[in-house]
Amino acid sequence: MTGMEATAERPLVEVRDLCRTFGRTPSKLRSRARQVFALVGVSLEIARGERFGVVGESGSGKSTLVRLVAGLDQPTSGAVYFDGQLVSGRKERHLGFLRRELQVVFQDPMSSLDPRMKIRQIIAEPLVATGKADSLNRVYELLDAVGLSRAAADRYPHQFSGGERQRISIARALAPSPSVLIADEAVSALDVSVRAQILNLLVDLVHDFSLTMIFVAHDLGVVRRVCDRVAVLHHGNLVEVGTAEQIYSDAAQPYTRELIAATPVLRYVVGGPADDLRSAKLKPARARFGGSDEWSR
Amino acid sequence: MVSPESQTASVNEVLRVEGMSVASPRLRLVHEIFFTLQRGDRVGLIGESGCGKSLTALSLLGLLPEGVRASGSAVFGESKLDLLGASEKQLAQLRGREIAMVFQEPMSALNPTMPVGKQVAEVLRIHRTVTNRKAADAEAVRLLDQVRLPDPARAARAYVHQLSGGQRQRVVLAIAMANRPSLLVCDEPTTALDVTVQAQMLELIAGGVTENDSSLLFITHDLAVVSNICQRVIVMYGGRAVESGDIEAVFRRPRHPYTHGLLAASDLSAVDEHGGLPTIPGSVPAAGQFPEGCVFRNRCQRADDACLSEPRLTAHEAGSVACWHPLLENKA
Amino acid sequence: MSAAAPISTVRAAAGTRSGRRRLSPTLWTGATLVALVLLAATISYVWTPYDPVAIDASSRLLGPSAAHWLGTDALGRDVFSRIIVGARTTMFVGVIAVGVGASLGIPLGVFAAMSGRFGSETIMRVVDIMLAFPALLLAILFSAVWGAGTLTAMLAIGIAVAPAFARLVRAGTLQVMSTEYVLAARVAGKRELTIAGRHVLPNITTMLIVQASVAYATAVLAEAGLSYLGLGTPPPTPSWGRILQEAQTVLFSDPLLSLWPAAAIAVAVLGFNLLGDGLRDRFDPQLDDRR
Repeated sequence: MTGMEATAERPLVEVRDLCRTFGRTPSKLRSRARQVFALVGVSLEIARGERFGVVGESGSGKSTLVRLVAGLDQPTSGAVYFDGQLVSGRKERHLGFLRRELQVVFQDPMSSLDPRMKIRQIIAEPLVATGKADSLNRVYELLDAVGLSRAAADRYPHQFSGGERQRISIARALAPSPSVLIADEAVSALDVSVRAQILNLLVDLVHDFSLTMIFVAHDLGVVRRVCDRVAVLHHGNLVEVGTAEQIYSDAAQPYTRELIAATPVLRYVVGGPADDLRSAKLKPARARFGGSDEWSR
Repeated sequence: MVSPESQTASVNEVLRVEGMSVASPRLRLVHEIFFTLQRGDRVGLIGESGCGKSLTALSLLGLLPEGVRASGSAVFGESKLDLLGASEKQLAQLRGREIAMVFQEPMSALNPTMPVGKQVAEVLRIHRTVTNRKAADAEAVRLLDQVRLPDPARAARAYVHQLSGGQRQRVVLAIAMANRPSLLVCDEPTTALDVTVQAQMLELIAGGVTENDSSLLFITHDLAVVSNICQRVIVMYGGRAVESGDIEAVFRRPRHPYTHGLLAASDLSAVDEHGGLPTIPGSVPAAGQFPEGCVFRNRCQRADDACLSEPRLTAHEAGSVACWHPLLENKA
Repeated sequence: MSAAAPISTVRAAAGTRSGRRRLSPTLWTGATLVALVLLAATISYVWTPYDPVAIDASSRLLGPSAAHWLGTDALGRDVFSRIIVGARTTMFVGVIAVGVGASLGIPLGVFAAMSGRFGSETIMRVVDIMLAFPALLLAILFSAVWGAGTLTAMLAIGIAVAPAFARLVRAGTLQVMSTEYVLAARVAGKRELTIAGRHVLPNITTMLIVQASVAYATAVLAEAGLSYLGLGTPPPTPSWGRILQEAQTVLFSDPLLSLWPAAAIAVAVLGFNLLGDGLRDRFDPQLDDRR
């Protein structure tokens, strides 16, 4: 099943039969070849302005997909296109167009910022690298956009909390005014209340700057909240693609259903009814652990 | 120091924590925690990073890092030993036998150079539950079967690197439950696992605890997980317990503004007035930078001058809350 | 939320370092000893009690006294003056040797880390070959070709310490290259070489400082050994190794004479080693807390 849909205009990001294998190919000399099939024949189309989610557990290939789309790695076979131009198989020096248009926000707020650089240098890095002017005004603009004070520009990463560092990462990603923002597990390492803030920020920025967003996560609930369409990956295979609602309430594939069923849902909601209709509807069997007779005291 | 939940000590009481504080030479990290666990209780300790929940658990086992000390009392078991004042020797006798702990990262909890079956057998032999080597190995296989490892006999001979993350964590659980502890402490046991594996793990934990009639202290930041496995919950912020009680009551009718904010932020289907996710204004201060008085007052919309003095944990009909202006039932 | 590092976060919150303090006794002791040697060398340029090379046949083998603080040697030369002038040689050779080693080792390490598998393996085998030759052997080799002297000694020692730098730098570079901020730099469009200069080097600096300190200790010892064997600094320039060798001939009659240069060598080597250890302790926990 592919994500091919007829769209009026050309998709902004297109991935065709993408395969990425790690490890050496087996030969007669080695009886056991250890190959990892990170991606197996994945094809997707992401339209301009879409908020596209990619969901998968560990080993699903979602990080590999991010690297291939961002031109940080070469596929074993298949192709990646950005706005009609070929990305895969090209040398770094020919990828200038991609670097200006597509940026990534990474997962770990602790290691996604160079501890030795000042914030304003970090944020201006994409500008410097693509040859644009490194302007302090632009840095201030970006800090404003992500909700940080301008005084932050002269500080170092270790002086900020996890959520603030993610804001800095986002500011850096927005610096060259890209058209595509990839959030690679960008909120997975954050506390719940901070996660809510950063998700709100991302949604606002995507709206304000008319960005196309690719949101990669292992948490279906989060993806459902912020994305229009969602792709589900499992062991390198594209299991299913659909709208967020479709996937969540009426998934076609058994793996997707399993994923949804396993995602823990808040059992009691603030102000909710005594008998939790929500969780009964969404999670058929294993809503609770230890059996219902345990709950009496 | 009166505990809001004080009852006459009963035989079923596994742990009674009173006025427990944890501090380093420069900072107070956890302030005056009170709670009690009866046999078979399942209590969740929830909060965000830096709230002190892990430290609370570590101090019960005497595993605090250098320079960090616990004070107060944590009376355990029938022998009524105070864990906080106990010697290393006394604690070593309890650990792995009466009290067991499951950490987040199975890779660092298991020895990479020993087959996992031997590691399970080892904990049986250390505490002399089973002294005969062969018998211990057999019991180890049985325990691995109990945590539903496929082909447990073969799994027992496997090394850690040959197992998946979920399987490793199950081995850790098997080791923890091997000697039928009266108290099982879990610190984010499923956070590092895939969601499909997580569900199985939670079932195993709940099952194991039920079968052995153990008490469970479950530490996590994930409200959805805790709501599915625990009966009671203690909410921590800034090193203090801000609310506690039956989980259904706390989650459906939170009294403390922080609890309310946390629940709202966790509920991914909730919408605030701007159409976004509900958030708690501001961010968690760094350790040592919490405001005087009520630790939450700089982020609370209900704060006023009364909050300049620290509220104590006060009991109400469904639990306790430490707040001068708790959210009441009729006010949302 | 990754609670995978609860202990270090707890430590950071608690404000303690893993048992060791930032300005540890190790660091202080090391720094003091090194400063002592540095001081001796510096003073020797300005003042020495006696001319270190002046032979005075009438004052041979005198014990320590008010006139000669450490006594005189077999040729009547003041031992104290010779020792402090010898400190010059020690510091000088150390600096050059470590400089040579670092200039060779660091680029090798960086290139090895950033090349593909073939390039990396080749470079590291070259490094291994360098490692196989002890400083002594190299010095003998170079002396045979170019004649013995300070320069050949420094070159030989430099080559001997280069592999340690190369390996360390390669490991550090690989570690930095795998961080997310380097990935972000690539996404931003930065070229590999720029990344190496802008991201890798600043982040491995502390590691290099520690290594330099330890390499210095090695260099001091190596130089002393070479001078002892007559392959280092040629006479009459005093060098601790040379002084030790000369004291050897009168070892049984005047053992004190051997003590002074040996003690000086020990102080310098110990000082640099402790300094390196202390610096490593000081820098590492800081790196931990940042995470």
